[in-house]
Amino acid sequence: MNKALLLITSLLVISQSLADVDASRQHELMYLLKQDCGSCHGMTLKGGLGPSLLPEALDGKPTDLLISTILEGRENTAMPPWKAMLTYEETRWMAIQLQQGVN
Amino acid sequence: MDGDSTATGRELMRRLCSLLLLVFLIPVSYARGTGDLGIVIERANGSVQVIETSNNTSLGTIEGLGDLSHASAVYSRDGRYAYVFGRDGGLTKVDILAMNIDKRVIQSGNSIGGAISQDGRLVAVSNYEPGGVKIFNTGTLGLVADIPARYGNGKQQSKVIGLVDAPGQKFVFSLWDAGEIWLADVSSPQKPVITKFKNIGQNPYDALITPDGRYYIAGLFGEDGMALLDLWNPDAGVKRILDGYGKGEQKLPVYKMPHLEGWAIAGKHAFVPAIGRHEVLVIDTDTWTEAGRIKVHGQPVFVMARPDGRNIWVNFSVPDNDTLQVIDTQSLTIIKTLKPGKGVLHMEFEPRGEEVWASIRDDDRLAVFDTGTFEQVSTIDAKKPSGIFLTARAHRTGL
Repeated sequence: MNKALLLITSLLVISQSLADVDASRQHELMYLLKQDCGSCHGMTLKGGLGPSLLPEALDGKPTDLLISTILEGRENTAMPPWKAMLTYEETRWMAIQLQQGVN
Repeated sequence: MDGDSTATGRELMRRLCSLLLLVFLIPVSYARGTGDLGIVIERANGSVQVIETSNNTSLGTIEGLGDLSHASAVYSRDGRYAYVFGRDGGLTKVDILAMNIDKRVIQSGNSIGGAISQDGRLVAVSNYEPGGVKIFNTGTLGLVADIPARYGNGKQQSKVIGLVDAPGQKFVFSLWDAGEIWLADVSSPQKPVITKFKNIGQNPYDALITPDGRYYIAGLFGEDGMALLDLWNPDAGVKRILDGYGKGEQKLPVYKMPHLEGWAIAGKHAFVPAIGRHEVLVIDTDTWTEAGRIKVHGQPVFVMARPDGRNIWVNFSVPDNDTLQVIDTQSLTIIKTLKPGKGVLHMEFEPRGEEVWASIRDDDRLAVFDTGTFEQVSTIDAKKPSGIFLTARAHRTGL
C-alpha cells in the first residue's frame, strides 16, 4: 500500500516536473536536440565527433549524470556547458527523452 | 462555325507540337554547361537540390542519399558529378545533369568529409568510425586504398578531420584524437606513402589548405593555436602559430565546431575563427603571426573571403546563428550585420563574388545576397538546407 502510494507520488512528481516544460518548448527542445546536439552527435544521435546518444549507449547511465553533463559540459572534451540556454527542468526532460529514444 | 473548328484544329496542333517538342527536349536537356550549377544539402531529408546561379533557381531535387547531417561534397573536374559525403558513411556520386544518383556505397559507419585528388581520379573520405581515410576510384567508387588512423600503441584509431587534396597527387588530413597530421602521397594509389607529423597539438578540429596548395593549417580545439605545415618544405616539420591567443582568459562555450576552408585567405591575410572567443583572428601569411583580431557577434563558424578578398563574411554558432557579419579587409572592421533568419548554417560565393548564397535552416529556404549592396536578391525553398557547393570548387585545390 505504502509502496503503491510512493509510486503514485513519484509518478505525480515526475509528471508535474515534466509538465513544467510546455508543449511548444518541448517542440523547440526536440528541434535543438536533433539539429544542434546533432551537429556533433549526428542528427540521428548515433554519434559523430561526440559519442552516440542512443538509448543503448546511455544504458546504465543515471539521469542525473546526463543532466549534469548537458548543463555543465565535460572538461577537456568538446562538450560545452548548455546551462546558458537550458533550465534544469528542460535539461531533465531532454535527458529522459534521450534515455527513451527520440527517433 | 468553320472558323471555330479551324481555330480548335490549330490549337490542337499547337499543343501537339509543344508536346512533341517537350518529348524531344527531355533527352537533349543535358546539353548545357555545369559552370553555373551547384548543390544544396537538405540535411533532414537525405536529399540534395540542384541549383543554378545564372537566374538563381532550383532545377530539382535528388533523394535517397541517407543521413546528410553535416554532409559535404566535392566535384569531378568536368563539373558533372558531385561526390557527397554523408554522416552515415555513405559516399554518393550524383549526376547533376541527369539529376540522379550514379553510384552509392556505404564505406564506413560514420564519416565527416572528403577530397578529390589533383588528377581527379581518386576520391578520399575521412571517417570517424572506424577512424581513418578510405580512397576510391572516382569512376567506379571501387575501394583503392584504406588508411586506418592508428596511433599510440597501434590499437586505437583516431577520428579523422580536415582532409584536403594537395599538389603532387597528395592528400593531407589530421587526427582528432591523436593530435597528428598525416601526408599521404597517392601517386601509386594502391600503395599510399604516408608521412606522419606527431604532437602537432591537442584535438585538431578542422584544417584548410591555402589556395596555392602550399600551406596546410589545422585549427586546434584543445589549445589556443594552430598547426602549420609547409608542404614545399615538409622536412621542416609542423610549426605552431598563434600560440596562446586566448591566454589567461576564460573560454566561452563552443556550441558548434567551427570550420576552416581555403577561402579564409584574402590578400596577405588569413582570417580564422577563434575558439571559445567571439573573435575572428587575422594572420599575416608572410610571417604567420597575428596581425589583428576583430570582435564579432558570436562564436564564428565559417569565416569566408569573397573571391576578390575585399570582404569577409562570417556566420555564427547557436544561439547567434540568425546573424551574418561582413568584415572589410582593409580597415579590419565590421561594415554590415545582417539578420536573414534563424539557423544560418553555410554560405557560398558565386565564382566571381557578386552574389553569396546562404542556407537559412529554420526558415527552410536559401537566401541570395548582392555582396555590394547586401540586399537579398533571391530566395529559394529548401528543406532544412545546410551546405551549399557550387561547381566552381571543381577547379580549386582543397575544395
